Amino acid sequence: MFGKLSLAAIPYDQPITISAVGGAVLLGLVILGLITYYRKWTYLYKEWLTSLDHKKIGIMYIILALVMLLRGFSDAILMRSQQAMAAGGSPGFLTPGHFDQIFSAHGSIMIIFMAMPFLAGLINIVVPQQIGARDVAFPFMNSLSLWLTTAAALLVMVSLGVGEFSQAGWSGYAPLTELQYSPGTGVDYWIWAFQIAGIASTMTGINFLVTIMKMRAPGMKPMRMPLFIWTTFCTMVLVVWAFPVLTAALAMVTLDRYLGMHFFTNTLGGNMMMYANLFWTWGHPEVYIVILPAFGIFSEVVATFSGKRLFGYVSMVYATAAITILSFSVWVHHFFTMGASPNVNLFFGIATMLIAIPTGVKIFNWLFTMYRGRIRFTPPMYWTLGFIVTFAIGGAAGVLMAVPPADYVLHNSLFLIAHFHNVLIPGTLFGFFAGYYYWFPKATGFRLQENWGKRAFWCWAIGFYLAFIPLYVLGFMGMPRRMAHYATPAWHPYLLVAALGTAVIALGIVFLGIQLLVSIKERQALSDLTGDPWDGRTLEWMTSSPPAVYNFPKIPVVDEIDAFMDMKEKGVAYRRPDQYNDIEMPKNAPHGFIIGASAFVFGFAMIWYIWWLAILAALGMLFTVIARSFDDDTHYLIPAAEVERIENERYRQLAAVAKRHLADEQTIPEPVPEM
Amino acid sequence: MMTTDASTIGTAHNQEVELPDTVGIQTLGFWIYLMSDLIIFSTLFATFAVLGRNYAGGPTGKELFELPYLLVETLFLLFSSVTYGLAMLAVHDGKKKWVLIGLAVTFLLGLGFVSMEINEFHRMIAAGHGPDRSAFLSSFFTLVGTHGTHVTFGLIWMAVVIGQVAVKGLTSPVQSRLMRLSMFWHFLDIIWIGIFSIVYLMGVM
Amino acid sequence: MSQAAVDSTGAGRGSLKSYLTGFILSLILTAIPFALVMNGTLSPSATLAGILSAGMVQILVHLHYFLHLDTSSAARWNVLAMIFTVLIMILFVGGTIWIMNSLHYRMM
Repeated sequence: MFGKLSLAAIPYDQPITISAVGGAVLLGLVILGLITYYRKWTYLYKEWLTSLDHKKIGIMYIILALVMLLRGFSDAILMRSQQAMAAGGSPGFLTPGHFDQIFSAHGSIMIIFMAMPFLAGLINIVVPQQIGARDVAFPFMNSLSLWLTTAAALLVMVSLGVGEFSQAGWSGYAPLTELQYSPGTGVDYWIWAFQIAGIASTMTGINFLVTIMKMRAPGMKPMRMPLFIWTTFCTMVLVVWAFPVLTAALAMVTLDRYLGMHFFTNTLGGNMMMYANLFWTWGHPEVYIVILPAFGIFSEVVATFSGKRLFGYVSMVYATAAITILSFSVWVHHFFTMGASPNVNLFFGIATMLIAIPTGVKIFNWLFTMYRGRIRFTPPMYWTLGFIVTFAIGGAAGVLMAVPPADYVLHNSLFLIAHFHNVLIPGTLFGFFAGYYYWFPKATGFRLQENWGKRAFWCWAIGFYLAFIPLYVLGFMGMPRRMAHYATPAWHPYLLVAALGTAVIALGIVFLGIQLLVSIKERQALSDLTGDPWDGRTLEWMTSSPPAVYNFPKIPVVDEIDAFMDMKEKGVAYRRPDQYNDIEMPKNAPHGFIIGASAFVFGFAMIWYIWWLAILAALGMLFTVIARSFDDDTHYLIPAAEVERIENERYRQLAAVAKRHLADEQTIPEPVPEM
Repeated sequence: MMTTDASTIGTAHNQEVELPDTVGIQTLGFWIYLMSDLIIFSTLFATFAVLGRNYAGGPTGKELFELPYLLVETLFLLFSSVTYGLAMLAVHDGKKKWVLIGLAVTFLLGLGFVSMEINEFHRMIAAGHGPDRSAFLSSFFTLVGTHGTHVTFGLIWMAVVIGQVAVKGLTSPVQSRLMRLSMFWHFLDIIWIGIFSIVYLMGVM
Repeated sequence: MSQAAVDSTGAGRGSLKSYLTGFILSLILTAIPFALVMNGTLSPSATLAGILSAGMVQILVHLHYFLHLDTSSAARWNVLAMIFTVLIMILFVGGTIWIMNSLHYRMM
């Protein structure tokens, strides 16, 4: 009746695990209790769970990402603590099996459930506004993507308390992931979490590709699009053409485990190396998927806070395109040592080294943008400067490992770990933190507190160096990755420094948390009343903060790159339209949430072999989709009078701000009075 | 029905709604989904290329595949593509009755294809040549079975759309749905060309 | 029925003539490879060439006569996406075969 599920699945005998589970359950109950106490269930359902508004969906994605950042970081704390202790024969406090689950969860969470939702969130909030659109191409599918991702993340979280997680690493190599060597539920949690999230990501890819292709404001020709739009476009190309490979590869592992097939087994004709080949065919584009949006954010931030147009726009676009194309053709560098011929390794090694070139072009363009600019040292600028300096080291390490003979020494050593954290943290994470600070006021209506942001940056930057530079040294000293304990005493001091670095980063996370709390508390003082807190250059700064549900009362017409700055310079940025029109917007819909919930049940049922429940959940998803397709009443009309009322309120506020800050050095725009 | 771009705000008409190119957006989005599906199939084809000779002492394609049977299956699917096309012509002419007839015939032909495939799989499995016998068979069943699963979902979709045409008539959303199902159906016939050529014909040589 | 008819989105739509032409061509292009294999008169490599070329041509027939892909501006994004996909397919499938072949030769 319940398949493999029984009370024995709950890890009563593991103190660390069970206290973490207990804490999470307690926290969950507190949150549910607070929602009930303040009677917010209806509000939550109407305004958030069933919302098809890209801005709200974006916020929910970012909340998910930040929660999962905490979970993934706790895994990091555990690993660093273990390795700091488990020197020279000491077993540390984690069993190897537990340690293996932790590093598997850490990687899985950070890539799929922190980075992907974070970029999906920022893209959701920003892209439609930046292209002068009212929404994405497929608002319903947008909601579906969000809830499927959440369902998948929930599976990973549940694995802590019910059963176990995979011990086979975030990359899940065969034959370790085969039923014979991993008979428990761990690998199944990993499979279903990745599969469900992967499908959600593919849908997001299609959504934003079509949005950018079809819904740009008139006059926004491709070479007038903001860099963030270009990087989003290229990222979505990577998503749509790479994720299906993961879908197929995971399906094959699933078939091996559930139906006894022989894709990657070591008997009856299976080819274990084929798994690595397929996984990395997706896996390499994936890492570019998480870095390109960050590059786009840096381009926006650098231009805005240098008070200058981005230098070398055309070369930036071509560099982004080159990175995109090249990233489809380098995947073998993840398994140079698997045994392919020197010719194969040579081709992929050279392709890998080539990617450094367009990346270098970008770095120079950012520097040239700053040169002779009037730089404002806001937190996003700190994150950007920290990125430029630190990422260059990680990139150089990558170019070193692109040389196959060098990689034979360094493959799967801590040098590799240092390299990819060195590009992911200063690259992806700093970029997302910069974007988070930069666009926070647009999404919420108030800024984040600046000083806590700077403190958080310093902790992250210093903590990063302490935590990861020693790993380069350890790599050269021969320490492999994923080691629960080790006998070489010479490694110990470096791992102690790394653990210290983790503690400093933890402080950085605490400061980010404080920043958020303080900002909410002081939101009146920090409020963004004009919608343009940074004297921005692109169209998203034209809307109010937060924007009206329809973003723009009238779709803007674009003449130039940096369309909004162009309008401000011409004095037409806040010109009132002659008249307002009715605006049609999508209605809320519960189907996305329902399908997401069903997907969670489906995944859980499949993991525990509860077949009747899996079939029921699958049918539920199918019928919900069919039900949605019968609904013809999916939009509602905002009457022109209502639009006018909302806009009048906005102009009143703009006028009030202008009066108060006439002498202020910030360019607060004067609204043009009604004719 | 007007499909004006967002830019053409009627300055002369006061309450005109700015309408995006919904149908164009839906068909482009669906086309891109089909491209992603093509990559899934490519991965399965690549896997078949790698594992397709790993018989593990079990049966080969030559021993298992029956070409006359395959030809009938292929014709079922090809004919169904044409009947769907004829149904689409009726859609553009607004002839609801012929749309329903065209879709119904397509459905039956598609059902014929799927039935033949299920029958083929059943016979193989019953004889001990199931997907768990060898890597060759795993990759065969998965590649062909994934195509068959897509066709089955297409049939479910077709049944739903037949219902919608019958109940709502040829409204704009229904037409758009028919357009996308048309793309899906033709796409599946294209994949089948790859399958019968590479898996079956090459396997029997 | 008009030739090269275009619907309200500008996308191509079929005509009776185009569907029938596509149908006849597809029948022929199906019959050829089946006959080649069932007869077995040609050499293996020639048969292989026959199967693959008939298949590729039939795919093009389907793309043009059934899916209405052409060089018109309305179909441009579709054709572009298709070409890109084909390039990626060649890269992925060709790359996989090259890599796995090399691994098989050296590691198995």
